[in-house]
Amino acid sequence: MTKRTQDTLAELEDVAQRAAELAKHRGADDAEVLVRDGAELTAKVRLGEPEQLHEAGSRALGLRVFVDKRASVTYTSDLRPEPLEAFVGEAVELASLSEPDEFNTLPARDELATQVPDLDLYDPSVAEISAEDALERAKLGERAALDFDPRVTNSDGGTFSRITGAMALATTAGFCRGYPGTFAGLTVEPICDDEDGKKRNGHWWTASRFVSQLDPATSVGEEAARRTVAQLGARKAETAEVPVVFDPEAGRSIVGTVFGVANGGAFYRKSSYLVDREGTPVASPLVTIEDDPLIVRGPGSRPFDGEGLPTRKNRLVGAGVLETVLCDTYSARKLGRKSTGSASRGVGGSPGPGASNLIMRPGERSREDVLAGVGSGLYVTSMMGFGFNPVTGDFSRGASGFWIENGELTYPVTEVTISANFDDLLKRIDAVASDLDMRSSTACPTFRVSHMTVAGT
Amino acid sequence: MEKEATFRAPFSPGGEAAIDSQLATRLLAIALDSGGDYADLYFEYRMSADYVLEDERIKQVGRGVSLGLGVRVTAGDATGYAYSEDLEFDRMAKAARTAGQIARSGGGAAPVPVEPVTVGDVYPVGTPSIVVPPDEKLALLRSADEAARKADPQIVKVEASLAEQLREILVVTSDGRMSRDQLPLIRMGVRAVAERDGKRQSGSSGGGGRYGLSYFTERERDAAWHGREASRIAIAMLDARDAPAGELEVVLGAGDSGILLHEAIGHGLEADFNRKETSNYSGQIGNRVASELCTVVDDGTVQHSRGSINVDDEGSPGRENVLIEDGVLVGYMHDRLSAKHFGVEPSGNGRRQSFRHMPMPRMTNTSLRPGPHAPDEIVRSVKRGIYAGRFSGGQVNISNGDFVFSLTESYLIEDGKITAPLKGVNLIGNGPDVLRKVSMLGNDYELSDGIWTCGKEGQSVPVGVGTPTVKIDGITVGGTQTS
Repeated sequence: MTKRTQDTLAELEDVAQRAAELAKHRGADDAEVLVRDGAELTAKVRLGEPEQLHEAGSRALGLRVFVDKRASVTYTSDLRPEPLEAFVGEAVELASLSEPDEFNTLPARDELATQVPDLDLYDPSVAEISAEDALERAKLGERAALDFDPRVTNSDGGTFSRITGAMALATTAGFCRGYPGTFAGLTVEPICDDEDGKKRNGHWWTASRFVSQLDPATSVGEEAARRTVAQLGARKAETAEVPVVFDPEAGRSIVGTVFGVANGGAFYRKSSYLVDREGTPVASPLVTIEDDPLIVRGPGSRPFDGEGLPTRKNRLVGAGVLETVLCDTYSARKLGRKSTGSASRGVGGSPGPGASNLIMRPGERSREDVLAGVGSGLYVTSMMGFGFNPVTGDFSRGASGFWIENGELTYPVTEVTISANFDDLLKRIDAVASDLDMRSSTACPTFRVSHMTVAGT
Repeated sequence: MEKEATFRAPFSPGGEAAIDSQLATRLLAIALDSGGDYADLYFEYRMSADYVLEDERIKQVGRGVSLGLGVRVTAGDATGYAYSEDLEFDRMAKAARTAGQIARSGGGAAPVPVEPVTVGDVYPVGTPSIVVPPDEKLALLRSADEAARKADPQIVKVEASLAEQLREILVVTSDGRMSRDQLPLIRMGVRAVAERDGKRQSGSSGGGGRYGLSYFTERERDAAWHGREASRIAIAMLDARDAPAGELEVVLGAGDSGILLHEAIGHGLEADFNRKETSNYSGQIGNRVASELCTVVDDGTVQHSRGSINVDDEGSPGRENVLIEDGVLVGYMHDRLSAKHFGVEPSGNGRRQSFRHMPMPRMTNTSLRPGPHAPDEIVRSVKRGIYAGRFSGGQVNISNGDFVFSLTESYLIEDGKITAPLKGVNLIGNGPDVLRKVSMLGNDYELSDGIWTCGKEGQSVPVGVGTPTVKIDGITVGGTQTS
């Protein structure tokens, strides 16, 4: 950690601590303060020319106060001492408007993290990337896509961005810690002209907490071009019930949907079809899904949670059985259990259950082997829309990808939907590949669902 | 909070960090110092509050304040952007210099002396809701909650929320325009869960716009109405059956169906995509792109609508723009950058989420004008199809034109009659294909109640949509039942 980052962190911890004490002084029984400081740079290049350069730093404070089991949640970006004092006073007054809720309290002192593991989430060289350097990396990625294939006729650009930040959390229960983090990434979005004036777009990306772990810009551009050109001639498929294979890029959103129905908030709100299903099979025995906040350099890692609790690996689904759901303190208390250390907290809102690195564990088969079992089916590379009802599990989303014939990808498919009840979908997973893709905080390998309804012509 | 009877941004005249034309001109000169050809300043002060009722009690009250300046500099087609959350001169000057680094030539044009511009007034509210004592808002939530619970004994869970904000903006451009506006926004939502024999379903209803609090007390569709409506949908959906799969005739109800318009064609007509030729509507001006029944307008001046703006976020007045006339594409939605590229006037569509974001062409209130048919005549014309009443949202791929939208309340149409309720289902279509298949258009135009938020490139802005009843001759319905 650089000296400057250490200073920033100490300053944030100090601001958070003082605001928490101030709230107590103003009449709060308890208070929790989150302070976040960040700097971002985004450089976009299109057709070789700089298109956007966006650079700024920001700082904001989020405050949760409790007075007689009544709570308010407020935020401000004005951290000057005098306005902050007025802001804290108003927050304490505001709490009196809500009604007492016995479950809504800070975690107990003995639940708080006493040690903060170093998860290596901060790369000082991220902050050193200049605007020129960022533009150059974006240009390199885009150039590689345009040069890769003459059918790449246009581009939505190459974008390089970097984020450096730090956060500190202080509570009147005695917690005051912070940590810094960095991210850098490059995305390339080529475009091809197809028949009937239609255009085909695609993209590829690399991202990491460490600059040295980014894929080379040229390989990102080439992969983006490869994926875009493959979409040329895309058409609808016939309506049928067939096997569906999800590639890791599309499958991620299926894994994310599992979190959406396997968290304490959805449970106490009865907004999940999985309510009362813990300890029972909810997926195929091939499916294991874990949330692991402690992965070194992990994109979603966190050394403590949004309420200052120690984080730990939680297994949501173990060999198809629903083992636990992710909880923050409030949802855990509503359900009569303990927090799983999964509180996620932004400056603008109250904590809620949130996944960290949510991973569907890989199987042992190769991707080719998973495809080989399919006579006729759909290989999904991207999904669209929000067609999921968590209460019933009804799932229906737009999809595109490739038609599979005898285990081989054939023509590109677009403008179809894939549907099934989500409970059936998870139970019908009959093959999981070994190709886990860990670029994103929600991650999975290629997997196959034995049958879903594909609606097209 | 009762103490706070007025609302004034710190950068307003008389405010603690008042910005006058002289100061603005100085900042613009710094922004243009590296050689940019245009610059603007966007000051924004936003106060927001939200109230959540859950399990029959007010669970939480939240409040937030944000203040800052965004500086944009353009040099040709390139844009530099920076912002400051602090209105100290040195910090603002630093943001101006950072934004200006996109241009490297040095010695740019000096800004034109700044003159205040008078803007319209399409959302007058007597008292902005944010300065009204909170008790009145909590009473609204309780009334919605009670109405939802009383509607049916099978309702087991109700949540209600109210969100409000008041934004003050000051936009100053290097071509000399200084515009101010105050934008109120209010939204209420109710969600109910019904349970019968271990089976659960949910229903939601909500509304709002650039109104005061009376919007939820003085209309027929008041807070309690939304409570009853959420319960009605939850109960109706308990009997929902699996939806069909494949291409079917679809009738879209008036109002909320504007989502289809927003996704199927709206985004594709935002001129940034067309400037870059990444939209499938690029180069199509003057061509027939929809059935001749279709006239599509985007209108930033609809009274009190959620998407309305007196002035856009780069200082151009909000206005009505015809996009498609009798099926022929006649215009795009522009921000300054795309307007310059196409050699037209900005259309008042340059919008942004906040001072932290750069503006781009965005929709305001997008509508399909009414047609000649009676709504029941439209339903009667369908032998087997779907009637779509309520939606949860949609998404579009600009380049190939594919779009989806999700139905949360829909029914089967059999022999011209609306029959069984259907489980949630997605429709997928291709923008130009679907709009050519519009075969009947109702005479019952409705503006959707104000709940919609549009996301584009990571920026969210409030929008309005509206349609009459629409019949589409064929669109892919993503159910599970293959016939």
